[in-house]
Parts: sequence; C-alpha cells; structure tokens
Amino acid sequence: MKLIFEKGNTNRGCDLIPECDVPVVTLSQKFHRKIELNLPELSETEISRHYTELANHTFGVNNGFYPLGSCTMKYNPKVNEELAKLPGFTDVHPLQPEHTVQGSLFVLQQAEKYLCEITGMDHMNFQPAAGAHGELTGLKLIWAYHHDRNDSKRDKIIVPDSAHGTNPASAALAGFTVINVPSTDDGLVDVEALRGVVGEDTAGFMLTNPNTVGLFEKDILEITSIIHQAGGLNYYDGANLNAIMGVARPGDMGFDVIHLNLHKTFSTPHGGGGPGSGPVGCKEILSRYLPSQGIIEEDGILGFAHKDEKSIGRVKSFYGNFLVVVKALAYIMTLGAEGLKDASCNAVLNANYMMHRLGDVFDIPFGNGPCMHEFVISLNKLKKEKAVSALDFAKALLDHDMHPPTMYFPLIVYEALMVEPTETETKETLDEAIRIYKEVYAYACKAPETMGDYPLTTPIGRPDEVKAARNPILRFDFSSK
Amino acid sequence: MGTYVPNTKEEQKQMQGIIGIDSIEELYSDIPDEVKLNAPLNIPSGMSEMELSKKITNIAGKNKVFDSVFRGCGAYRHYIPAIVKQVTSKEEFVTAYTPYQAEISQGILQSIYEYQTMICSLTGMQVANASVYDGACAAAEAVIMSKERKRKKALVSASTNPMIIETIATYIRGTDMEMEVIPTKNGITDIDVLKEKLNDETACLLIQQPNYYGLIEDGDEIGRILGDTDIKYIISCNPISLGILKTPAEYGADIAVGEGQSLGMSLSFGGPYLGFMATTNKLMRKLPGRIVGETTDAQGNRAFVLTLQAREQHIRREKASSNICSNQALCAMTAAVYLAAMGKKGLQKVATLSMSKAHYLANRLCELDGYEMVYKGEYFHEFVTRVDKDVDKILKALENHGILGGYPLGNNPYNKESKGQILWCATEVNTKEEIDTLIQILKEVD
Repeated sequence: MKLIFEKGNTNRGCDLIPECDVPVVTLSQKFHRKIELNLPELSETEISRHYTELANHTFGVNNGFYPLGSCTMKYNPKVNEELAKLPGFTDVHPLQPEHTVQGSLFVLQQAEKYLCEITGMDHMNFQPAAGAHGELTGLKLIWAYHHDRNDSKRDKIIVPDSAHGTNPASAALAGFTVINVPSTDDGLVDVEALRGVVGEDTAGFMLTNPNTVGLFEKDILEITSIIHQAGGLNYYDGANLNAIMGVARPGDMGFDVIHLNLHKTFSTPHGGGGPGSGPVGCKEILSRYLPSQGIIEEDGILGFAHKDEKSIGRVKSFYGNFLVVVKALAYIMTLGAEGLKDASCNAVLNANYMMHRLGDVFDIPFGNGPCMHEFVISLNKLKKEKAVSALDFAKALLDHDMHPPTMYFPLIVYEALMVEPTETETKETLDEAIRIYKEVYAYACKAPETMGDYPLTTPIGRPDEVKAARNPILRFDFSSK
Repeated sequence: MGTYVPNTKEEQKQMQGIIGIDSIEELYSDIPDEVKLNAPLNIPSGMSEMELSKKITNIAGKNKVFDSVFRGCGAYRHYIPAIVKQVTSKEEFVTAYTPYQAEISQGILQSIYEYQTMICSLTGMQVANASVYDGACAAAEAVIMSKERKRKKALVSASTNPMIIETIATYIRGTDMEMEVIPTKNGITDIDVLKEKLNDETACLLIQQPNYYGLIEDGDEIGRILGDTDIKYIISCNPISLGILKTPAEYGADIAVGEGQSLGMSLSFGGPYLGFMATTNKLMRKLPGRIVGETTDAQGNRAFVLTLQAREQHIRREKASSNICSNQALCAMTAAVYLAAMGKKGLQKVATLSMSKAHYLANRLCELDGYEMVYKGEYFHEFVTRVDKDVDKILKALENHGILGGYPLGNNPYNKESKGQILWCATEVNTKEEIDTLIQILKEVD
C-alpha cells in the first residue's frame, strides 16, 4: 500500500487552527529554519482512510488469539480505556499545585497500596515506563544499596541462561558485569552452579518466577537465601506474575526488588509496542534509594513526599505513564482479591489444558508435570527430520487468523515456541488453536518442502530481513516523489 | 466480582477433567507451602463495570481542570485535532504487540516508518528510531550513545530542563561515564566556560533549544566550536518550534532528541509522552531502540520490518547498545497523525501563534507595575519574568479564576537567583481574550 507521503496533493490540508488574534512576531533571520519541511499535504478524508487501511493490516488482541509467551496478551477491557480518557485525568498539567491534583495522587496512592499487597513489597514507584526501564531502575537501587554501605566491590549481577534478554542488557547498562548461570535438565536454576558463582562480588541475582520455561522454581527459598547469604540482593522480573496473583508473592519468596509490567499482568494494552508501565517495587531496606518517595497524607490532603537525599534520582520526567496506571487500577478494582486469583488460576488452567492436549503430537521438553501460565514446545525433531523450523511453523499459523507463539525463546530450548494463552480466552478458542497446531504439524510432516512458502493469505509474504539490515532504508526519500 | 474470564465454572471443571485433575490447586503443586498465601489478598471485592465507572469518574473529578493554562516546563497544552484521537483509539493499534510478525503487522510497521520519516523531516536528521519513553530518557540515551573508548565525559548546559539533567545523571551514575553541568550567562549556555571545559575526554555536549527559560541558544556558535572535534553535539529540541526555527541538522548536531508530547498528546499528569531520537547516517548503528526499515517480500512487494536488530537486547543480551525492549508506538503514531493533520502550514501556524501569544503575554505583563523580563534574549513560547510581589499570591489569584499561571522557578537547583521568577508559556490555544483577562486579574494583586 501507499505511504502517507505518496498520497494527497500540494496545498491540501485540514483547517484546524484559527487566525492569530494578536500581533504576529518573527525572530531574527539567523534563527529561522531554512531547509524544507516535508510533511504530508492531505485532506481529513485521506488521513482517515490511510489509517483505516493501516489498521486493517494490523493484528491486535481484538483480531484473534494471541498466545505470545512471556507477553501476557490478555484482553484489554474497554471500560479502562474509556476511564483513562476522562478530562479529569487527561487535561491535568503535571506541575499543577498538589491540592488541584488530588484525584491523580489518589490513583498513585491506591495503585501503590494494591500492587504492594499483590507482590508483598513495601513500596512501589511508577516512574519506569516499561519493564526494561523498571529493571534498570531496580538495578540502580541495588547499586545504591551496596554503595551506601561502602560495599562497592559488588559489581556482578547473576542471571540464569533462560532469562529475558533485557535482564543482562539492563545489568550491563547499569554498570554491572553479568554472570550467567546454567539451568538444569529440568529447566530450573542449577542451585549448585549458583552456589559456585556467588561471592563477595555478588551484587544481585535476577529471576522471573515462574521462569521462562513456564515452571515455578520450587527451590526458590534456597535460591534467594544463597544470594542473601553472599550479601547480594534478589531481583524479581515481574513478566510472569500472571500465573500467581493471590497464590504466592515475590515478597514472600525472598525478593528485595521487583518490577511489574502493567501492560501484561494488569491488562493495559500494548499499543503496538508501548506505552507500557513498569513500576518498581521494593522492600523497606531499599526505599530511600527510590527515584522519588511516595504519596503522603496530611490533614486529609495528599501530596508528594520530599525526595530522599539517598535517592538514585529520577529515571524519567514527572511521575511515569500515569494514564496506564489509571487503567491498571481500574482493572484491580474490577477484579478485587478474588478475581485476581481467579484470573491467575484460569491462566494456569488454560495453559495446562493446551499443553495436555498438544502433548500427544508435540515435544514439550519440560512437560512432565504441570506448567504455570505458559509452556514451551520444541520443534527440534521436526527441524532435524524434515528441515521445518519453528519459524516455518509460526509463519504457517499466520494463515489461520491467529498470532503465533513467541519463537526461539527461551534460548535454552532448540526451535522453541512459547505458548501463553492467558485466562481471557474461551475453551472454544483453545480447542480451535489445538486443532490448527496439530493440523499444521501433520501437514509439515507430509509436505515439509512447502513450509517455506507460508504465509500465503497475509498482506505481504515473508519479508527479506537480511536485505533490510544490509541496506537500511529507514525513511521515505522525498526526492523520489 | 468483575471478571474477564470467559469460561464458566462448568467449562473449567470439564477442562480439569480432561487434564486429569480435581482442582486447579493441584496445578500449583510446585509452589512450596512456605511461600503459598494462606489468606486472600487484602484488596476489596471486585465490582461491576457500572460501579467502577462511577468510582473512577469520581476520582477524576477530584482533579481540577484549568480553563486556561499558561504553564509549560516540558509539558504543553496544544490543540489536539479530533482525527488524532479517533485514529489512535482504533482497537487494532491499541491492542497489538510489538510487530515481531511483520506479515500481520504491516500497519504498525508502516506507521512507525512514516513517523521516523516525519521526525527526520522535522529535525533535518538522517535516521530516527521508533521512539523511546520520553524526552528526558531520549536525552539520557543520546548521552550514553555518544560514549567512546576514551571519551566518557558528558557536558550538559544548565539551561536544560532540570528533570532532563537529573535523568541523565541517574542513567550514568554507577557507570564509567560522568557528567558536568555548564553554567549559563544571561540565561543561555556560557560559551566561554564551555570552551574551557572541552577536551579529549569530552564525549558530548547537550543543549536544549529553545532552552528551559524559553530562550534561543546560539546553536550556530556552539556548532562551530564543536565542528572540528569528535565531540557529539546533542540538541534537545521542541518539535513544535521546528515548524519555523532552525533545525538541529542546520546547527550541525550529531543527535537530535526531544519530548514529543506537544505533537497531539494530552498533558495527562505527565504521561504517556514520547521521546524522539534522530541522528546521522554515521551514527545509525549506535542508535538505541527499535528501528523500522523498508525491504521486499519474495514477490517483490514493498514490506516493512524491525531492522538493525543486531544492536538489541534480545539478540545481544549484555552486549546490546541499550536495554530498550518496547518503544512508545501508540504515542509515535499519535505524533504522526498530528503532523499529517497539521501539515507544513499547520505546524508553522501552531509555532507562529504560540510564539506570538507568548510575546503578547510578555508585553502585557511588563506593562504592569513590578514585572520585568529577566532575560533580554530572543525567545519562543516561554519566558521568565521577575516580580517584586508575592509569587504564591499571584498564582493563587489566577487559580481562583480557573487560570493555571506560570511555573514558579524559586526552587531550581541550577539557578540560585530565581526568587520572584515565573516561567510563563503560551500556545495557540490561549486567546487574546484569555490573556487580557489574566492581566486584569494581576492588576488587582498587590
């Protein structure tokens, strides 16, 4: 389809702004823009149709099943979208006097209270805008903690080899050296190997639990105590919290600092890649280092507490992605204690149902016992015997109006497909997905040579990614017009 | 209890039967008893949509929405065209994930490619990324991106928004980089001090244009000074101003960053906003975050994909150029729809109106007893006045009339002489009538 720059005509436009009602000012010539400003020149009809066409070429949770492992693509409730658009939230300046933003401060206060209860933390800070941003913030807290205790030789962060890529990347960005620990054949942290790498230089350990193969780390108390005994702190990556709300809490497992993904667990939409919200939670020992202190109440008026002198400093302008927090709070209030637990239980039930019913055809490396909210399939056999890869399999699924699972993650499973159905899918949808997965698998075995051709019904076929990277074209060239 | 679980209790039982369990509890057998919760969470019971709607609307009602706003400081109230809100509410865009599966994500990918093109148009730069969290984070990422083996010191002008300076400081603390703040003279970067501070350990200089006080920095002179060096020139710019003001590229910048909130995003108590980043072809592979590129599919159709992923965390892990995973895709789309709706003429008009209204406001304020401009330099849509009256009283009087006045600068750590100073802002949404009303009110405050 055409780019927005290839549509319209010179001098077309929308009449949006009135004429100037005060004397028009110009600045010195030396401050003027001299180069051409190339922007579309379109009528409103054209803009509207352009984006409708783009929407038709976009697949969201509203379009169909979206079992992307580790991403928790649950349904995004419409009421939350509507409430976050209330003028009382959208038309408030972040630097208004505190007594004029009591509603916003109440939202932050309540969200902190509930999320602390859900996770077993003492404090929650909403500045981080996404999961990776929360990781960076959490790691800075760990750094500040050790530094403050004159224990600055602790420069190593330990990460399991099954961890999300952001974990080691955030640790490196925060100035730490990354130590990888292997997983056992059962898909769990190798406790003995962990014991072997901790020491006086251990700053902390990062883990998501349930872990990325969809298993609960049953030795979690031993793991966190190994780190604590070595003088390090435990970091919880909240990407997989959707399995255990109301069942178990990171704060009770020995974790000192966590981040949450409100855009995963708490139903706020992903927006094609953001905005998300990645609040950081911590135990009391780390509270002074937070980017800002929480909300305090004095004579019935809410306000921001003064910043602590030991704070790591802000990680973003203002207070974070506030409207996302509004949506997450609305979600928690809708579900309540009972509903949150029910959501997690059904996320786990749906995953186990799919895993169980796929088990007769697919190789599920860690599928002997129950999984949590997600599970990992390995297509290694199909790859070895028929030269059909996980990528080929995923691309074939695209012709069935469903989003494929996460591919090639975690790295410890060959030809991995990671399936996370979430609790908001019906049994019929799961049954249909199971039928299609098996059908595609059978077809892949029968006619493996055709599997490189899929998808066939999507707006484009498989794009040439090597060409894109080798000869980067990253913007429209107006001289070609 | 509200719920979004569609399966009925009967269906859940049926599924349990197929798995071969009697209760969902059995699926949690790996969780040790010591860490299992033995009581419900202390969170109130859930509620219906109607009850929720009423409660949250009530909370929103506790915020005061001002009729007129004359406060900026990094968050600006501009007119948001209806089409921007409609387009960005489309469920496909709202509910999609990061476009990993390009074949079913061409809409999102193309919208980001178009956004990248528009950011390059605005800034004059050659390459833009798919956006980062906000303007402060974009500045911090740019500083980190400028680091070289022997160049690890970042210089930042004191005329930059203090929140940006603080964010940069947080990002680099604990790493091998350090930061020094260059003082101001007459409200803009002190070029003599700057010259003294430059050496072969300097990685970059970051300035804000127009700066925190609304003043226009001598970007040309700084460009000349940095021109012959390997020091990266980073300009944090206001995207609306680029409708008429000289671009970072024309100043010779290596990296242009900025806060994109003005491009169609509401104030929203500080977020979600949009950080934009653009650079030269030379620095393309050091740019952090997602980038969308053009390619073809097997049939030769034009196609868009996430590209240059060899920089990124999911491939490079601890060796990645940044830890960024998500961007602010829907905000980037908001900016793109805004710029498409405005077009060149519309954006020039917004910029000209904002600047003209600010100048009208400044002139009218200075006609009042006790008010004077703190700086003499040329400014865009923000400016600072000094007043020999009680600032709190002035702002309170305006508040009582539904007007959010300028921001009191009294507590800026980088400006010790800020007592009695107010940082004002006007945009195209402020009418002459509003400004005249404000002046009338201030006449009554002694």
